[in-house]
Amino acid sequence: MGFAVAAAAVFSITLPGFFSVGNALALARAVSILGVLALGMALVVIGRGIDLSQIATLAVSAALAVTLINAGLSSGVALLLGLVLAVTIGVANGFLIAVVEIPALFATLAMGLFVVGLTRAFVVPHYQVFLSPGHDGLLALGRNVAGGIPVPLLVFAGCAVVVHVFLSRTVLGRFIYAHGDNVAAARLSGIGVRPLTMLEYALSATIGYIGGLMMVASTALMHLQIAESTLIFDVILVVVLGGVSLVGGRGNVFSVVAGTLLIGVLLNGMTIMNLDTQTQDIIKGIVLLAAIGIDSYMHPREEETAKQGD
Amino acid sequence: MDSVRRLWYRHSPQLFISELLEKRWMEPIVPFTLMCLVFLAFVLTIPGYAGWPNLQQLMRSFPEQALVAMAMAVAVLAGGIDLSVGAVFAMANFLALYLLQILGLPFPVMIIGVLAFGALVGAINGGLIAYAKTRPFLTTMVVLIVVRASYNKLTTAYTRELASASETSDAWDFLGIGTIFGIPVNMVCLVLIGLAAHIYLTRLRPGLQIMAVGSSRKAARHAGIDVKRSLFTAYVVSGLLTAFAGILYAARQNSSGTDTGVGWEVNALAAVVLGGISLAGGRGTIARALIGAVIIFLLINGLVQLGTHGSLTTATIGFLLIAAVGFNVKWQKNKGKVLQKIYVSPTLVEFTPPPSIARDAGTAFAENDRLHAAEAIAYERIEGPEDVILDRQDNLYTVNRNGSIIRFLAPDYEVREEFARIGGRPLGMAMDREENLIVCVAGMGVYGVRPDRSVFKVTDETNRSWLRLKDDSRLYLADDLDIAPDGKIYFSEATIRYDLADWALDGFEGRGNGRLICHDPATGRSTTILKDLAFPNGVCLAHDAQSVLWASTWLCRIHRLWIAGPRAGQCEILVDNLPGYPDNINRASDGTYWLALVGIRSPVYDLAMADPGFRVRMVKQIPPDEWLCPGINYGCIAKFDDDGTVLETLWDPGGHSHPTITSMREHKGHLYIGGLENNRIGRLRLPGADPTWTSWASYWDDASPSAGRRAPVREMA
Repeated sequence: MGFAVAAAAVFSITLPGFFSVGNALALARAVSILGVLALGMALVVIGRGIDLSQIATLAVSAALAVTLINAGLSSGVALLLGLVLAVTIGVANGFLIAVVEIPALFATLAMGLFVVGLTRAFVVPHYQVFLSPGHDGLLALGRNVAGGIPVPLLVFAGCAVVVHVFLSRTVLGRFIYAHGDNVAAARLSGIGVRPLTMLEYALSATIGYIGGLMMVASTALMHLQIAESTLIFDVILVVVLGGVSLVGGRGNVFSVVAGTLLIGVLLNGMTIMNLDTQTQDIIKGIVLLAAIGIDSYMHPREEETAKQGD
Repeated sequence: MDSVRRLWYRHSPQLFISELLEKRWMEPIVPFTLMCLVFLAFVLTIPGYAGWPNLQQLMRSFPEQALVAMAMAVAVLAGGIDLSVGAVFAMANFLALYLLQILGLPFPVMIIGVLAFGALVGAINGGLIAYAKTRPFLTTMVVLIVVRASYNKLTTAYTRELASASETSDAWDFLGIGTIFGIPVNMVCLVLIGLAAHIYLTRLRPGLQIMAVGSSRKAARHAGIDVKRSLFTAYVVSGLLTAFAGILYAARQNSSGTDTGVGWEVNALAAVVLGGISLAGGRGTIARALIGAVIIFLLINGLVQLGTHGSLTTATIGFLLIAAVGFNVKWQKNKGKVLQKIYVSPTLVEFTPPPSIARDAGTAFAENDRLHAAEAIAYERIEGPEDVILDRQDNLYTVNRNGSIIRFLAPDYEVREEFARIGGRPLGMAMDREENLIVCVAGMGVYGVRPDRSVFKVTDETNRSWLRLKDDSRLYLADDLDIAPDGKIYFSEATIRYDLADWALDGFEGRGNGRLICHDPATGRSTTILKDLAFPNGVCLAHDAQSVLWASTWLCRIHRLWIAGPRAGQCEILVDNLPGYPDNINRASDGTYWLALVGIRSPVYDLAMADPGFRVRMVKQIPPDEWLCPGINYGCIAKFDDDGTVLETLWDPGGHSHPTITSMREHKGHLYIGGLENNRIGRLRLPGADPTWTSWASYWDDASPSAGRRAPVREMA
């Protein structure tokens, strides 16, 4: 959080136009989606996993929902079917990881390729699908409420509160911490680790789906290419920079919010500085490398017993 | 019907499969078959696929992907992963073009420059992973993004210059389109680099250290390997291989597009896993990475030729990756269990009811208490004296569980000393003419100990039987031996499928897993003379030295193999249907033989032997401590003569002091008794036995009546 404030201060001084209400709201709108996705990722990472298929899942399920709406289905049913698809993919991830015991990185990486490939081949042949006009209810997700506060920001806040309560006040939430802290101990103390893993990935996919709907609402289209973009690394960057360690069991919603702000400020500053996406990617990559390095320095793992893909 | 059943159990397919699974070449055979199938499928569906032009085309574009897969394989073998290969490949492609076309550098300088770039990225990966201890997957993935973004930025900046440049040189063209004897140059490069990488990983120290680190980081560290440096090296090698792939691609395509190398890391990963290289590291070869690469390459190429939607190909790769990793993980975890489940392969053994052992049965086997009179020597000072033997000075030698030969000094056998330490689990012993102690050692072979206590190897191998999958040239469980007058050593190998500790499992099989081997000291070679024997155990040279007697424990029989005389080479059953499981056989002073019965048959166990399915279920479904076992809580020694008639038996009912008797040796009117698991050696006075007779003299002292009797007896017969 301190870093975020510091970065914001530096940008405010060095970049003209950074420190304004208009930019603050633009920043908030831009980072809200990232923040929502990071909340989902944090759930999985706290449970000592990682979900590289999150973006692919949201793209595929949101694209399915939009396609169904365009085909004339009522938006409620279509959105529900999209959700079902997202949850199914999440559970499949959890199954592959917990039951087949494929390392999370491989399982989710391959799952992302698989679902996007199938969707492109059979549902969305042209990479993108536009939402046909006339669905204001959905599009409202991307607007502002009275007072100029963007709805995505409210959604992010709402999600953050819900996830916070879930993680810190419910049994299942505490179980996720136990799972991430020490899988063997969690299992031996009677937690059903396999169903729990499926739950984690299903939740990640669900929250990702909400983020996907927010994207659709802001732009009225879903572009499958985001699955191949570096967005997933932005999400991981948020989570890791916020302090949710990749060894699991550490971090909370506040870390995610802090990470989101930091990345938001960074991205916004880079955009105002008019850097192209490649340069942004290079900078983000280097920051992420540093973050991973610091994370493994602060939370070292037992290298000699580590399994591939941990 | 019964004969079909017998045949089925004798040549059980389960036996074949379990031995097949044990073979190291079995693992690559699956991906190899898959590769052939994929090729065949496209040959059948795409016209002209197997034609030379198409093959040449395939060979020209394959090497780049193969090299990238090899790079991935090196990282995976080191226990890590390198996802940056796709981007490094693209960047190397760009750099090659940039250095050659735009900067106009000479060809060799360009190659060095590009390779240096590959090594640099490898060093960054390796430095972070090995020294900063970051996670390989995420680290290389982020490096992938950084390098990819740089590549996109650079190609955009130099699009026009690259498109208009047309600098060429002979070397460049040759690398791009040249052929050597019709084989594209880059294919030749691939073969050479593949060979080099193979030699590096399997023959050279740094490569072997990489494999060791991948197998077990801890073991590698304990062995004094610099783990960090090996990991670092692996990533540098990976970067070099990828960079070379980029050069080949540049020479072939002479352009760098936005999608060059996109997703190649996933293809390479899928290739490596499909080839069967373990993700846990340390297990796999370059050849297997290449097999995997061929599968992925043919698949993508063929699907494109068939006009399949590009995204379906991606989905296929994703699916293959999940399936292959899943199989890989599960196979690693469960291979041992599967093997264990199907390894025990019982066969049909049909017994007839044995002679009664009841006290009042009136047979030679009638139970008595004669072994109760045995006094205990070395009580609690010996562990598992499987065999005992005495030398000419009456000293007593026995084997110990810890792999040593223990000597108890005459006359009272109170002084115990370790005579020699061989290792393994010494079992049967015999003494040759020079008074060397020749010992069968389970797990090692046949060894000898000279009177000066020095240990020497007699033999540890025999000829391999070529029609069997399992390599049986090594000695697994040499059990007992005897020595013929010409010095030839006849010894039994109880089983080649189990360790000594698992003898009960071999019993459940009841299969002919053992063999009788003859070692000829004159030539120094060992030859299998009888094979497929059911646990051949005791071996004893007949008094007339014309034949060898050997006992088949699981079939409760004693056989006679003629080694001299008119019937040499023939084998016959001498004693059949014993009421117990025979172990060692040794000569007795009156021209007969002592036989140890290690266990006593029971009707239940006999029934189980007649029902292989029952034993399969037993081994698979219930824990070992609840298995039905041969009854070994008896002590029994029998005496039989050259005609196979059992003359008398000595019993220790319930095996109170002598359970599981495996051996007995007569010496100067006493019988010395050893047991596989016993804590003492028994000594029983034999009333009426020749008080001067010794075993050694009966073999080697030409003046002794037993040895002297040899020839005339045969002539009379």
